[in-house]
Amino acid sequence: MTIRASKLWLGYGLAMVWFYFLLWPLMGIKPEGLEFQTSLAVWGKVAAASAVLLALYQLKQGGAFRFLEKPAQAGAEALAAVTGRVPTWLALCVVAGAAVAFPFLTERYAHDVAISVLVYIILGLGLNVVVGLAGLLDLGYIAFFGVGAYTYALMSVHFGLSFWLCLPISGCFAAIAGCIIGYPTLRMRGDYLAIVTLGFGEIVRIVINNWMSLTNGPNGILGIKAPGAYWFNKGSFEHIWLNNLEQLYFVILGLAVFTIVAVYRLNYSRIGRAFEAVREDQTAAELMGVNTLRLKLLAYALGAVFGGLAGTFFAARMKFVSPESFTFIESAMVLAMVVLGGMGSIPGVILGSLALIALPEVFRGFELYRMFVFGGVMAVMMLFRPRGLWPAKRMGVRSEEKD
Amino acid sequence: MEFLLQQLVNGITLGGVYALVALGYTMVYGIIQLINFAHGEIYAAGGYMGVILISWLFSQGFPPAVCLGAALVLAMGYCAMLAMAVEKVAYKPLRQSSRLSVLLSALGMSIFLQNGLMLTQGVYDRAYPTEMVQGGFEFGGAVVSWMQVIIVGVTVLLLVALNLLVFKTRIGKAMRATAQDKTMSALVGINSNRIISLTFAIGAGLAAAAGIMVGLYYGSVRYDMGFVPGVKAFSAAVLGGIGNITGAMLGGLIIGMIEVLAAGYISSEYKDVFAFVILIAVLYFMPTGIMGENVDDTRV
Repeated sequence: MTIRASKLWLGYGLAMVWFYFLLWPLMGIKPEGLEFQTSLAVWGKVAAASAVLLALYQLKQGGAFRFLEKPAQAGAEALAAVTGRVPTWLALCVVAGAAVAFPFLTERYAHDVAISVLVYIILGLGLNVVVGLAGLLDLGYIAFFGVGAYTYALMSVHFGLSFWLCLPISGCFAAIAGCIIGYPTLRMRGDYLAIVTLGFGEIVRIVINNWMSLTNGPNGILGIKAPGAYWFNKGSFEHIWLNNLEQLYFVILGLAVFTIVAVYRLNYSRIGRAFEAVREDQTAAELMGVNTLRLKLLAYALGAVFGGLAGTFFAARMKFVSPESFTFIESAMVLAMVVLGGMGSIPGVILGSLALIALPEVFRGFELYRMFVFGGVMAVMMLFRPRGLWPAKRMGVRSEEKD
Repeated sequence: MEFLLQQLVNGITLGGVYALVALGYTMVYGIIQLINFAHGEIYAAGGYMGVILISWLFSQGFPPAVCLGAALVLAMGYCAMLAMAVEKVAYKPLRQSSRLSVLLSALGMSIFLQNGLMLTQGVYDRAYPTEMVQGGFEFGGAVVSWMQVIIVGVTVLLLVALNLLVFKTRIGKAMRATAQDKTMSALVGINSNRIISLTFAIGAGLAAAAGIMVGLYYGSVRYDMGFVPGVKAFSAAVLGGIGNITGAMLGGLIIGMIEVLAAGYISSEYKDVFAFVILIAVLYFMPTGIMGENVDDTRV
């Protein structure tokens, strides 16, 4: 379907006029008087950029780039042939090698970013179990991250328990929290579920914020211990604290690999297939003998476990936790990674975390615009690539789409 | 007793505001089954337009009543335009896609608008010129400020106007028809795209008015003020029965009352929790809400 050029540009003109009417009052009306310069400058940039994009689109529709298509296709085919010939294990070895060599080749700052990326990969994969596999939209996922972080923080500060012992404990606590949150929502579907999980996420944050005697409220908890380890030194094992970033990087890398393997195995297990059945058509799945209620609860619990693990590490790495780290916007961020990368797809989620955490670090100067662009990209992605950058192979058609 | 009366007065004020915002959610949900996450941001934009316009008009030497009235009308118009733009850009092209896609698009728009407000208006609170309306009167021991009288008055006026629009005019009839069955109403000649756009505009206008009221009531606005009241108003819409206009008004009042009473008698730190708990309880025990009709199971 092609739209006539005149109609296209007329629409563009109208949209730009409309846009200026929306922009000017926010930027131009001040108690000192009316002013047009700043808003016109911003408007001019946006109008010019969108005009260029529109012109490119029109040229593409008109076939102006057809001469590029052949070489591009040939290139893509050649690339596919090369990648197709490389065995998967070799590719995985290269990636693993790069991940292990990374801290020895880079600076401290890069370690910091890499650690955040890995934490978010775990979170993204955990949420992926709930949203991508089981199809339950969860907008309060960060609550489990918070539960994990606070569990370790309290255990470490009050009882002096070690990180490695607390890791499974936090996982269990998060799983219990997942069941508590999951249980009342089992009968709901789709968007009601979204708003209820959002409410639960906020409840957890507000409780953490106000339960002064336990969590020290908005001041947070200080003095959390780093993970410990035994290291071979001068003929005997001695206990050390993994304080520096390089060592922490390997801890979180290990956790991330554990998560990736676990989610991968889950994907191809009986339970994973049952999750997908529930996602595609709940009624049909139930008719086939899948216990949908129990499976949904399991999906919540499993997703929560990974959130709890990531939270434990987060507390150990920061040595400080406060409720500020567990706001709704963080949930939206993790969800955006899953959606951007491709729901249900492991490499997609990894790609999504890289894109959303590492990329903004490159454009450090535009820090203020980060969430602004991120919100816009989320909406635009839904328009042009709703299945994500690296879509999962086994995503079917949701039953809701068909009616 | 005086304390209770005072809380009730405050509850009615707050409840009216929630009712105005809840109407936007319920109308949009009724017509396209979408939780419009960006609605809270429209409300925040209304609050900002209010402070921008009132400060400007006030500095030009207009009397307070004119400032308030003009700011209210202009901000409602502005937010209606904003909501129509959002609908056109982010929701309309997705009408055939899965509901998850539209929901995520709405979430993206919410973040986009919130940060747009932050970029143009700054991260700090912006103060309303509340000195315009001062004083009040005493009523059985409770202090009622003139501001509260204005807020409740405007809210009631808007609610009556909306009821007349929806239940007495041709446009209202078309809206109800579209909400009931889009295909059928299109067959009898109703332009459903236009009706959907109009629904967004009306909801946004009401939200803008609510934003100004809250700004006047609390004395300041902030770029992220839309999120929590947005969820509370959605709870109100669900409590009243989603898609039901009278229900949303009632739900808003109930949520406002409960919040104020809970803050007064139980704990003010946890006041935000109560709305969420009510939302969860309503969805669990009576998913159709107080006035909702039977909802087919794809919605719940």
